Amino acid sequence: MPKDGGIGASTKRREDVRFLTGNGRYTDDINLRGQLHAHFLRSEVAHGRIRGLDTAAAAAMPGVVRIFTGADFAAIGGLPCGWQVTDRFGQPMQEPKHPVLADGKVRHVGDPIAVVVAETLEQARDAAEAIVVDIEELPAVIDMKAALAPDAPKVHEDLTSNLCYDWGFVEENREAVAEAFRKADHVVSLDLVNNRLVANPMEPRVAVGDYDPWNDMSTLYTTSQNPHVIRLLMGAFVLGIPEHRLRVVAPDVGGGFGSKIFHYAEEAFCTFAARALKRPVKWTSTRSEAFITDAHGRDHVTRIELALDKDHNFTALRTETLANMGAYLSTFSSSVPTWLHGTLMAGNYSTPLIYVNVKAVFTNTVPVDAYRGAGRPEATFQLERLIDKAARQLGVDPIELRRKNFIQPDQFPYQTPVAVVYDTGNYQATMDKLLQVADYSGLEARVAEAKKRGKLRGFGIIHYIEACGIAPSNLVGQLGARAGLYESATVRVNATGSISVFTGSHSHGQGHETTFAQVVAEMIGIDAGQVEIVHGDTQNTPMGMGTYGSRSLAVGGSALVKATNKIINKAKKIAAHLLEASEDDIELKDGKFSVAGTDKSVDWAGVTLAAYVPHNYPLESMEPGLEETAFYDPSNFTYPSGAYGCEVEVDPDTGKVEVVSFAAADDFGNIVNPMIVEGQVHGGLAQGIGQALLENCVYDENGQLLSGSFMDYAMPRADDVPFYRVDHSCNTPCTHNPLGVKGCGEAGAIGSPPAVVNAVIDALHRGGYTHVSHIDMPVSPARVWAAMHTK
Amino acid sequence: MAKVTMTVNGRAMSAEAEGRTLLSDFLRQGLGLTGTHVGCDTSQCGACTVHVDGLAVKSCSVLAMDVAGANVTTIEGMANADGSLSTLQQAFQDHHGLQCGFCTPGMVMSAAALLADTPKPTEAEVRHHLEGNICRCTGYHNIVKAVLAASGQDVGKVGIAAE
Repeated sequence: MPKDGGIGASTKRREDVRFLTGNGRYTDDINLRGQLHAHFLRSEVAHGRIRGLDTAAAAAMPGVVRIFTGADFAAIGGLPCGWQVTDRFGQPMQEPKHPVLADGKVRHVGDPIAVVVAETLEQARDAAEAIVVDIEELPAVIDMKAALAPDAPKVHEDLTSNLCYDWGFVEENREAVAEAFRKADHVVSLDLVNNRLVANPMEPRVAVGDYDPWNDMSTLYTTSQNPHVIRLLMGAFVLGIPEHRLRVVAPDVGGGFGSKIFHYAEEAFCTFAARALKRPVKWTSTRSEAFITDAHGRDHVTRIELALDKDHNFTALRTETLANMGAYLSTFSSSVPTWLHGTLMAGNYSTPLIYVNVKAVFTNTVPVDAYRGAGRPEATFQLERLIDKAARQLGVDPIELRRKNFIQPDQFPYQTPVAVVYDTGNYQATMDKLLQVADYSGLEARVAEAKKRGKLRGFGIIHYIEACGIAPSNLVGQLGARAGLYESATVRVNATGSISVFTGSHSHGQGHETTFAQVVAEMIGIDAGQVEIVHGDTQNTPMGMGTYGSRSLAVGGSALVKATNKIINKAKKIAAHLLEASEDDIELKDGKFSVAGTDKSVDWAGVTLAAYVPHNYPLESMEPGLEETAFYDPSNFTYPSGAYGCEVEVDPDTGKVEVVSFAAADDFGNIVNPMIVEGQVHGGLAQGIGQALLENCVYDENGQLLSGSFMDYAMPRADDVPFYRVDHSCNTPCTHNPLGVKGCGEAGAIGSPPAVVNAVIDALHRGGYTHVSHIDMPVSPARVWAAMHTK
Repeated sequence: MAKVTMTVNGRAMSAEAEGRTLLSDFLRQGLGLTGTHVGCDTSQCGACTVHVDGLAVKSCSVLAMDVAGANVTTIEGMANADGSLSTLQQAFQDHHGLQCGFCTPGMVMSAAALLADTPKPTEAEVRHHLEGNICRCTGYHNIVKAVLAASGQDVGKVGIAAE
């Protein structure tokens, strides 16, 4: 049994008390003295040229302090893209400028044109209605194929076309893959869409800019997953403020799911305006505004093909994808369909030859960037749908086809043909576990029972892999990343033994204040209540790259372990001095330093007090104090994997799909807090089920967003999902980080969409609708019914 | 602008409001009670749920002036008198019924209203009742479990694989 509060314990979250009593402090809860309010006037058309902008009447309205337009930002940098992708011809991607406010053109509905700053929000809104904008509407490009037509209107006139890049991976394998397809005994192909989504964390984005002339310091309070990244991007690339004059604070943040990684115009605007007006400036997004300004996710259109030999071994895989970038390149947009997607196309399988082609396309839509899983859900969806189709086409069991082609347990470490090396895994074990958790042996009886009720019941199975713990800096640097992806921690031991940990990771629901404390408490052997975790403020935390891609424990936790080990090493030296023993003989157990083989000991607080009150201390050889910082740069990604099984019932009269049970068997390596891990899986599953059945971000042909509110965009609700059965007992610990952890944040959202769709197809086949080989997501009643009745 | 007074969490409180001021904004801006959250602008998400004269309402769909004089309870008023978590709040912590915490105040207020009317709800009743509260983090599993547990029901087998 793990010690309560230590590694492996389902310790209750310390964060919860403030959240359950209304004492959380989210960005919108921050109101500064003398604060002004910003309201953004946004484009109502998808594509247009601003012929005139008359702000005179608005400027004269009550409470208006100033109106900003694109002209105010003419000398200011654009919002940068953090990843330069090189195309398959060796050329850099086309990279348009992304101005803070529109610079003469608007390129999507929601593109900001002007901002009214006023004493109250109501006054700012009222005045914005008095701004006269004269826009010459231009033809919009919404559909990706149409955007690539030679005569398509260009989103950016200074680019040669709407093609951001044409990426091939592994480009050298292109011909070998083609040859493998020519030689194949079987070829299975599938055209599919990975539907466009909106992340929709429940807290809308907020930015509060502040400026203090006393020390020439700008402060931005923002709803961010990575305050240091925002400080670097905004300070160095947009506003030209050096880091020591810029503080970024991300306090309690109400969910992110990727959409709060990126540097947004409103952050730069509020910081800039506060400096210009010498007063705090606040902007709070409405949900409607969030739909047209938060980066969207997914939106891939793919053809995938699998080659098999006569024994049904996978011999080659080939994909062609169009990936929507939207109107501008958001912070990590370019990396999502390429390095975060192509490198996962091997899945759990030993396919020897893989070629992935991705064309990234500019359209007059909101920018598209990372959303929970970012590229990996797209890869998994393609692969796991295709394998299911292959099994049906070949008349073999989909589970056995997967098992046959799995990378086998004795093949690790495994070099895939798409660059990455999986360190550990045991896919047969997770598959076995899943079948048990899902009660697979009882499936036929349940199908028969459902049939009596007039329902078509079906079971869908998948196996996924993801790459977490992004990332080795030297590797991603070679691939075009414009940032390092290490993480950091400072462990400050206080004189009486309590500990303040300052981490570059950020928690916006993941419970780091609890789990990080568990790690330190376990290592030193003290009560977790003695350890405080501080995050979210660039002023007091070391430079870190923030939280996304399940990197916090794998990378940030590793930095924490390194820093804590430095603390323990120094504390042992102090203990050796106090106990007049050799350092090599000092043992640390349960917060007590003992001399091996004796009864001599000093407790943790005795050592920490000596460090800060060094009356009896080896000052000639060691500095006083007990504070250490460590940076950790991973040597590889981590590779969580797992098997998911979804059981659905389809109502043949309406096409409505109900998820009646969902089982998951994940391999996350070692686990610090099982309760939190299970919660992460639950949340991911709901998001994936949402994508599969409900959610869809839809534009009309003119670029108007049709799904612009929770009335039109179907978020999963409590009665859309079942209780989930999750298991994480199949552990193959990560071999290259000190905790042996892999990460669990995205798994549910990666594995569940293909599991749901596979289950629907299975239900339809069992019901006699054997002509249905695929239904695009969201698998709505209308689509299911149409598929059933269209041959 | 006019002065609006109401009893909030047992105390008479006043602030200035415009005719268009929503109860949610009145609580947050006027009274500084930021525990009530605003997650949408179409009355869909339920993060702003409070109790007005004992009924759960979405405070973004009520004008402050319309409820002048009413008895309002917000998340700040839900703990026990000694400051400890109420049974429902404690169940949310015990069963990990919250992650980012943003929807949580609305979930607690909504669930409290359910349990006041239906002391022993079924799973289906809980799910149906919470249909007006969106959570993006938890997948609802642990929220439903927490509400069932708060009603005194055994949730030990929830999410456990079939034998």
